[in-house]
Amino acid sequence: MIRLTGITKIFGKTEVIKEIDLEIKDGEVFTLIGPSGSGKTTILRIIDLLEKPTSGRYFFKGEDTGSPGADELAIRRRMAMVFQKPSVLNTTVEENVAFGLKFRKTDPAAITERVTSALDLVGLSHLSGRRAVTLSGGEMQRVAIARAMVTRPELLLMDEPTANLDPVSSDVIESLIRRINTEHKTTIILATHDMAQGQRLADRIGVVMDGGLVQQGTIQDIFFRPNGQRIARFVGIDSIMTGIVTRNTGGHAFIDVNGVCIEAITPLQPRSRVELYLRPEEVTISLPVPSGQGVKSTRNRLAGTITKILPNGPFIRLTIDCGFPLIALVTRLSSEDLHLAVGTAVIAEIKATAIHVHAGPS
Amino acid sequence: MSDIISGFTQAVNLIITLNPEVMQIALLSLYISLSATILAACISIPLGGLIHFHEFHGKAALLTIIQTLYSVPTVVVGLLIYLFISRSGPLGFLGLLFTPEGMILGQTVLIIPIMLGLVITALGGVDKNIRDTLLSLGATEFQGIFQIVREARFAILGAVILGFGRAISEVGVAMMIGGNIAGETRVLTTAIALQTGMGDFPFSIALGIILLAIALVVVVCLNLVTSGAFEKFERIVGGTPKE
Repeated sequence: MIRLTGITKIFGKTEVIKEIDLEIKDGEVFTLIGPSGSGKTTILRIIDLLEKPTSGRYFFKGEDTGSPGADELAIRRRMAMVFQKPSVLNTTVEENVAFGLKFRKTDPAAITERVTSALDLVGLSHLSGRRAVTLSGGEMQRVAIARAMVTRPELLLMDEPTANLDPVSSDVIESLIRRINTEHKTTIILATHDMAQGQRLADRIGVVMDGGLVQQGTIQDIFFRPNGQRIARFVGIDSIMTGIVTRNTGGHAFIDVNGVCIEAITPLQPRSRVELYLRPEEVTISLPVPSGQGVKSTRNRLAGTITKILPNGPFIRLTIDCGFPLIALVTRLSSEDLHLAVGTAVIAEIKATAIHVHAGPS
Repeated sequence: MSDIISGFTQAVNLIITLNPEVMQIALLSLYISLSATILAACISIPLGGLIHFHEFHGKAALLTIIQTLYSVPTVVVGLLIYLFISRSGPLGFLGLLFTPEGMILGQTVLIIPIMLGLVITALGGVDKNIRDTLLSLGATEFQGIFQIVREARFAILGAVILGFGRAISEVGVAMMIGGNIAGETRVLTTAIALQTGMGDFPFSIALGIILLAIALVVVVCLNLVTSGAFEKFERIVGGTPKE
């Protein structure tokens, strides 16, 4: 669908986009995740030809958009963009949705028909005669999506489509995005700072940090095998430990972390310095039992003491001192069953396969 | 006191009986000021768009000059236009001095700054994201600018009404360019000045009432626009007409 090679963008003296290479395939949902201000919006604006890259090349369906003969308007008309802050024009919902078609001089009968079906798609048919400026934030965002979809874009760009929306409106928008992709086969590039949303919607994810595309891959790659500490932290990995491989038997490694031996899967050889990434939900907590009774086959059984307990949405977040700090999530119910409190001695169990081993401190 | 009361009574009588002289003066005033307003709007709206949508060196200075000219004295504009259209001036060959057309020219020049400045402010008030939204929807540069002007239509209409208010109420240009010739270039403001000087108070009061009535209509229109009453009306009748 599109290919960016070596794209950079400099505003004044600041390099906001640094040498980005990106390829998006037909029909996929690609999510750009990254902290606010990392450059996601600028990437989308470059793709929508609202911004010219300072250097690099951008191909849309094989056509070089920067070549002298490229018809920018014609290329832009094959895409549509939904902005973070939906701007509606001061007229009816129906007319707002019709703008893209009017610009393309579509036949009036076809405009009526397509606007009706676009409003059906976003569930706003009953508000077609309302003034768009009187709508709620969620409804305006749906108008913006209908307005984009009515032009039947091959590529739909969405910049933080659910930022500033309440959870119910966000759910509506998310299911709409899935429907657009599956029913209309529209390729979607979505920018979000909400990594959970990225995870829910994407086929593939790109992580943007400080203007660079620092990792691209599947959900599994990004969330379980992050390429470095900053990405790990951003995708919700709280336990990051450094250690040295002491032994490796055919990919099954023994790693020394602050004097504690952790077993994990990695081809890295002895004496390699490594970072271990562990998602908090992969840690199982139990109370110590007399030796020999009910011992499970889990490779890593670490004894430790709870040092901090914090509520975390529906879960309880524990910090456990096992010779190094380890973060675990337990349900409220199990926390009550086990009578967990600061100072409680617990056993933290971790499967060797749940730990991602990354070479060297990054 | 009795002079004032009898003046008022006679003035109302002049208006109710549609005194031909009073009506001729009122209609001429409307003709001149409306023509100047339309001309100034035709210049200010596109020019305002051009200034708003383009970045160039000296833009800030230009805006300051435009704003300063909001309060240019009418006699200064009168003098300037006089110099241009008097027989020996560069536009003397047009024979505009002491004609309604010359007055239209003078009032147009007088109200362009305020209309232009307010149009630029109106366009600046439109959400910055609207332009990107329109471009991303596939608008050409012209389609985008047209929609933004349309988006600012209420504020622009306000600017036009204010321009009209300034035109109809000014004396300097009307007096200096028109010359206050009875039946030719005598308008409401110059007639009031003259008749008051001659002690014909009822006539002056009648013209004053008409002038105030016109001002009232202007203010009511402006309030309707700024309070969004037209918008409410459009909502009731089902949105703006389709192009």
